[in-house]
Amino acid sequence: MPLLELKNLHKTYVMGMVQVNALRGINLTIEEGEFIAIMGPSGSGKSTLLNIFGCLDRPSFGQYVLGGEDISTLDDNALSDIRSRRLGFIFQSYNLIQQLNVLENIEVPLYYQGRSERESRHRAAELARVVGLSDRARHKPSELSGGQQQRVAIARALANDPLTILADEPTGNLDSTTGQEILQMLDELNRRGKTLIMVTHDDDVAAHARRIIRLHDGLVESDRATAR
Amino acid sequence: MILFTLHKTLKLGVNSLLRHLLRSVLTMLGIVFGVGAVVAMLAVGEGASYESQQRIKRLGSDNIIIKSVKPPDDQQSGTSGHGISAIEYGLTYDDAEIIQASIPSVKVVLPVRDIPKQIHHGARVIENGRVIATVPWYLGTTNQRVQTGRFITSRDVHDNATVCVIGTDIVKQLFPCENPIGKSIKVSGCYYIVVGVMALETSTKQSSGEAAVITDVNSAVIIPLTTALSRFGKTIVDIKSSSFSAETVELHQITVKVDNVNDVVPVAGMVQAILKKNHHDRKDYQMIVPLELLHEIESNARMYTIVLAIIAALSLLVGGIGIMNITLASVTERTREIGIRRALGAKRRDIVIQFLSETVLLSIIGGVLGLGVGFVIPILIKTFTGMNVIFSGWSPPLAFSISAIVGLVFGIYPAYRAANMDPIEALRHE
Repeated sequence: MPLLELKNLHKTYVMGMVQVNALRGINLTIEEGEFIAIMGPSGSGKSTLLNIFGCLDRPSFGQYVLGGEDISTLDDNALSDIRSRRLGFIFQSYNLIQQLNVLENIEVPLYYQGRSERESRHRAAELARVVGLSDRARHKPSELSGGQQQRVAIARALANDPLTILADEPTGNLDSTTGQEILQMLDELNRRGKTLIMVTHDDDVAAHARRIIRLHDGLVESDRATAR
Repeated sequence: MILFTLHKTLKLGVNSLLRHLLRSVLTMLGIVFGVGAVVAMLAVGEGASYESQQRIKRLGSDNIIIKSVKPPDDQQSGTSGHGISAIEYGLTYDDAEIIQASIPSVKVVLPVRDIPKQIHHGARVIENGRVIATVPWYLGTTNQRVQTGRFITSRDVHDNATVCVIGTDIVKQLFPCENPIGKSIKVSGCYYIVVGVMALETSTKQSSGEAAVITDVNSAVIIPLTTALSRFGKTIVDIKSSSFSAETVELHQITVKVDNVNDVVPVAGMVQAILKKNHHDRKDYQMIVPLELLHEIESNARMYTIVLAIIAALSLLVGGIGIMNITLASVTERTREIGIRRALGAKRRDIVIQFLSETVLLSIIGGVLGLGVGFVIPILIKTFTGMNVIFSGWSPPLAFSISAIVGLVFGIYPAYRAANMDPIEALRHE
């Protein structure tokens, strides 16, 4: 059974008077443990696709089957639940909560799983150690560099131990050295069995993936494995 | 599990409020003063209402009081007694007897005469003294007590005895440093032996209407009714510096005590009918029914309470709108945080609870502080005006629930706005 499957997936927005066809019939199958880069010019629908993968948005037409379950028809609560249990997010602009320190940020996904405070604190400390930020555990995001913030975000994405991690231009705001560090961490995660779906427009970044899907105008233009 | 979730939610709320301490405190002020106003006004209102009810109760809720009143000039009829032209009006012994005889549910009829006289003891004089002439059951009917000695007995009445019971003011003025019992005082040339002293009647603060009814025993000399009749006759001559007037009044007041409180109103009607017939429609008496006054006061108190409630509700409304306003601003400011939380698995419900817990927490803390304000204000009022205030035991739970409800009601809209944001839009928010 594939990890996730898109069948003739459409997404249509209405912006004012204009109807925008962001996705116009996507068919994809993704297996567990893959490392996928989604590429394409802006407006090609890659962000929309990632939002649908992330259960933040619902398709207008077609099916999205995740873990054997058609989730196109689920309600908001059920989608929140899937995000909480099965998905991890990494954003271009890190999206840490500014008022919370490193540990508290890592704990946020655990909060919505109803974990006990002690358990959450313990797991957050462990993850901070994994991403090499134990000495910054009590710092606020504003006191961290971009790379450090993105490492907090990765720790946070791992907190609920999801099968799939979705990354939206994870190195977009970082210099190339720091970006490389982050990409190495993602490689490491993939080696440990996490499925990674990453949106990027940078060929060098995409080269870390095992499979590159190019979108154009809401359709899959090409879908091939990389040399790795 | 629920307790655990509650603890986590509260912690999140407290942390968020502490992060903007000044803003939280300022937002709270509306609730502080709103709840403070509710608690303070309740205490003051309760005190005022208790005070007036006490005064009416002293008149006796099962009593009907009829007073002699000087009729308007055109209704006066002259009569000659002792060679002086005297105005004759008011209640008579006849009235008292007919009321007693013809209305079955009347328990007691208490006739009273109230005569202004000078009172002497040795060299000491009270110029504006008053003599109350009455019967032994005066004590029980008016709920008063004798402090030392005894009250007038039926034997005194039967014998026209020259005995008297005096009030505490009289004791102070005529017997400043001796025991008055057994001593005699002089009224209109006659000596009366003091047999008792009335207990001090406290709370003599009287409002209009009522002052006419309650006879102040502290400054009165009480003698048997029969003695008064034989010594003073029916006509009272009052000589003032320039004018000279005489009145013939048999009884100044009749108090009718009824068996059962439920009978008060029908009996009052019957008494009214009897007096109307006896007095040939002459308006030389006035009837006061304390029970009706009590009802009147109670309905006034209800009105008062409604007005207070409206004022309090308005101030709470303003406080609530303040909370809503700040929370809406806070929701906008934290749009991105909401998006992040939603992406990381928060349900709409979690977001609602997060914001509601903040508003409820804020307003409950405000309510507790308001309770403090609501205790301090009445104490200040009491200190500076001497008004009676009463704190009822349900003020704290009331303050608590009012503030919790305000927090809930005015938090719901901002919380739902937060929860219904599109997570994708929220994440893009700068």
